Amino acid sequence: MTRRQLWLRFIAHLDRPLLLGIALLLLTSLLVLYSADNASWEQPMKQLFNIVVALSCMWLIANLPLHYLMRTAVPIYVLGMVLLISVALFGEVSHGARRWLNLGIANLQPSELMKIGVPLMMAWYFEKHEATLTLKNYFIAALLLLMPIALIVRQPDLGTSILILASGFYVLFLAGLSWRVMGVLLIAAIGSAPVLWSTLHEYQRHRILMLFDPSQDALGNGYHTIQATIAVGSGGFLGKGYLNGTQTHLDFLPERTTDFIFAVYSEEFGLLGSIMLLALYSFVVWRGFIITGNASTYFTRLMAGSITLTFATYTFVNMGMVSGILPVVGVPLPLISYGGTSMLTLLLGFGMLMSIETHKKLVRT
Amino acid sequence: MSKHVEFKNHQREIFHFQLRLVVSIGFVLLLLAILLVRLIYLQAVRHNYYHTLAESNRIAIVPIVPNRGLILDRNGEVLARNYSGYTLEIDQNKTTNMEATINELSKLIEITHKDRKRFKKLLAESRDFGTLMIRNRLSDEEVARFAAQQYRFPAVEIKARLFRDYPFGEKMAHLIGYIGRINEDDVAHLEEKNLAANYRGSDYIGKTGLEQSYESDLHGTTGIEQVEVDAGGRAVRMLSHTTPVSGNTLVLSVDAKLQEIAEQSFGNYRGALVAIDPNNGEVLAFVSKPGYDPNPFIDGIDPQSWDELNNSPDVPLNNRALRGQYPPGSTIKPFMALAGLFYNERSPGYTISDPGYFTLPGSSRQYRDWKSGGHGSVNMFKAIQMSCDVYFYGLATELGIDNIFNYLTRFGFGKKTGIDLGERLENGEFEGESSGLLPSEEWKMRRYQQKWYTGDTVSAGIGQGYNLVTPVQLAFATATLANDGVAYRPHLVKEVRSSLGDEKRLIASEAIYDLNIDRAHLDLVKKAMVAVTQPGGTAVYAALGTPYSIAGKTGTAQVIAMKQGEKYDEKAVDERHRDHAWFIAFAPAVEPRIALVVLAENGGHGGSTAAPIARKVLDYYLLGKIPKPLPDVKVKEGGEHD
Repeated sequence: MTRRQLWLRFIAHLDRPLLLGIALLLLTSLLVLYSADNASWEQPMKQLFNIVVALSCMWLIANLPLHYLMRTAVPIYVLGMVLLISVALFGEVSHGARRWLNLGIANLQPSELMKIGVPLMMAWYFEKHEATLTLKNYFIAALLLLMPIALIVRQPDLGTSILILASGFYVLFLAGLSWRVMGVLLIAAIGSAPVLWSTLHEYQRHRILMLFDPSQDALGNGYHTIQATIAVGSGGFLGKGYLNGTQTHLDFLPERTTDFIFAVYSEEFGLLGSIMLLALYSFVVWRGFIITGNASTYFTRLMAGSITLTFATYTFVNMGMVSGILPVVGVPLPLISYGGTSMLTLLLGFGMLMSIETHKKLVRT
Repeated sequence: MSKHVEFKNHQREIFHFQLRLVVSIGFVLLLLAILLVRLIYLQAVRHNYYHTLAESNRIAIVPIVPNRGLILDRNGEVLARNYSGYTLEIDQNKTTNMEATINELSKLIEITHKDRKRFKKLLAESRDFGTLMIRNRLSDEEVARFAAQQYRFPAVEIKARLFRDYPFGEKMAHLIGYIGRINEDDVAHLEEKNLAANYRGSDYIGKTGLEQSYESDLHGTTGIEQVEVDAGGRAVRMLSHTTPVSGNTLVLSVDAKLQEIAEQSFGNYRGALVAIDPNNGEVLAFVSKPGYDPNPFIDGIDPQSWDELNNSPDVPLNNRALRGQYPPGSTIKPFMALAGLFYNERSPGYTISDPGYFTLPGSSRQYRDWKSGGHGSVNMFKAIQMSCDVYFYGLATELGIDNIFNYLTRFGFGKKTGIDLGERLENGEFEGESSGLLPSEEWKMRRYQQKWYTGDTVSAGIGQGYNLVTPVQLAFATATLANDGVAYRPHLVKEVRSSLGDEKRLIASEAIYDLNIDRAHLDLVKKAMVAVTQPGGTAVYAALGTPYSIAGKTGTAQVIAMKQGEKYDEKAVDERHRDHAWFIAFAPAVEPRIALVVLAENGGHGGSTAAPIARKVLDYYLLGKIPKPLPDVKVKEGGEHD
């Protein structure tokens, strides 16, 4: 095999438009992190390491034939549930939440695993019962979704719960859950809101209330929202320039390398930069929808659609939170915020998209 | 067949899925639109607003407090100055246990009981959570000792600050006043006047005296340093800088040496002295005895010393010259005489026979002359010279209270002089002076809902009854008389100079009015006043052996009323109930250069206690003579009673 053939083999299962979009976002991540970390290479280098690891995993998944992927659904879901229960029983408490499982060598956050595990399991379940879908199957699929959610909400981790709920709902939606049922669910959701409210933790209620008036608590929880909104707004049309954001570099922005990194970007690159970033995300999402549309099996359609929609939701929730239209629920900006776990889950998802796109012909034959 | 159906189903399924996909795309587009709208709103529509917020986040305005203006006497002697010194200060935000920190500190640096009490007071009054002073005026050794141990006290620091100092201490206290820490009332006041911005960073404000009345000149203009700060409030770099402008220097018309001599001349007497240059209203000396040391007030006097001052029977905190109100007694007689001449109620030659008492027609009540048996045959000249009460009883009765009021009010009786002491109001006037009291029919009706009795007029004629004057008011009247009726508003500050000395502002030296007194009337009264200090007069001692002539008038202000027929016996009366002694004078009698008023509380006789004090002041001012500490003059002559 020549070197060129080897290279072609290597990239055979990588979807080029998707890879281009992802690569541009990852470059942006390193660029913004350098600024957010006050012109230090420390976090960008760590992030680069996260990226390399996650990209490798993406490559592996992309090369995995789809029936292997389907086979992993049940074990991953079961493992995830076991881990979630373990966390509830003997998890590590950090910042008032029990999310982590100490494995001796590393801390594991099982809820992250479920971001992939839940839609995977649900898509697998629908594929199994494709021929004879009844309302009962939707009900069981919904149970598969709600069990892990219940455990994650209790941790408590509102952001992850919402995202997993969304990814599962997208599977249900794409699997053809009837509009009537969705209408009933919506009414039921509105009806049960007060009940749900009472189960929320005090800080979660606080964050939701603050959404309506962050200035109520300007030095406490409102501080994040207020400073982020100021950063975004003061950026103006062209931004303050790279490394020139005053909110960023004078420490006014909290959590600026993680959840609030969009404020850093927006302050320094302005409305023009924000629109370009939105365009980049839209491109990735658009490519995801193309892949979904091309997908050949029921399982892959559901999986690709859910991954794509979840990615869009992820982005929207983070930007909405930073720009002050959504409560601060602790969702990072996909592919840009600093952090290894979310990088890994996201790129695993994109790996699946690529696998779905590049293995479809094999499936048809 | 079945294959066909399945195919159709598959087609339908694909169609359904694609419908859902289109809805999904629509959903994502909706999310995208929401974000776009929000970003356009924040970054384009509301950009200016958020830009301002971001700027105010990062820019801190640090005030630079200007140096306070100096106060100099007319010869350049420094009366209020600044010196730099070290203070020990504690940051309220950085310490959790203030008490323990101070205890630990006291092992290193002496912190007295008074310091602690003052600190507690400061703590209670502090308007923000900044730093508070524990000790001031640290010695170099103390500074060094603390510096070596500083690491143990993260909340404590040594600061170099400018301190105010009043070198003349209690001699000038009632004149200069003092500055003190800005309290909540001051803040409210400054905000009301829109001055709060200029006081950012300032710790002190004038509280009394000239420090208060010329606060706007003395304070100066606060400089501004714009610095970029981070979220922790640490300065990152300086953006702009406006230099502060030091406060203006006040040059007083007061002569510090004259003031000192006047102050010493009182000996143990309490009282007041106001000396004015009648030609321009410049106040040459302004004494209120006893004084107090203003220096401890600057950083808050400790409660114990405050109580001592506040509860002293001598009321040292009371500015007698400005606010003390006393019956003018016989010092009013020259002015009454002028009123009599003005209204043609008396001619210079008109003579009465004084039997030692006065009765109103149809009344048996006797108004006694101070001299039992009377002065015999008395005309206006003699009446002033010998201070004949009966003459003025009659004159007052015939003038009537309304004429008396109308005439005396022109000399400023019953009115504030407007001297530049006290709080300066928006209209440029000063608040804090007492106005004294010049009674009238209308006043009595308003005050007591009673009609005026002729008997009231009788005592008004000799400055008793309802009449009250302040020393500064009487000094103004005396100066106006000395200057032939041309009145100048008394003022302590002669000139306001910018700190660099390049700009000067003179305090008004223009006459405020001219009473246009008849020359002949003036000559008569002035000559009679000269006669007061000559043999046969009531203050003969005052002018004994002077190369210049003194025009004067003695007076006695009753502290307790005498019953009808009762005789005043100085020795029998408690010291604090003795009469107050007055002496008003101007010298030289022709073209006078100084007019003054002396009040000696419980001094008894004007001629024997007040006049000698005036003499020392006149000797120094006119001759440059510094008095030797004289033994108290003993008066044996009975004729010098009043």
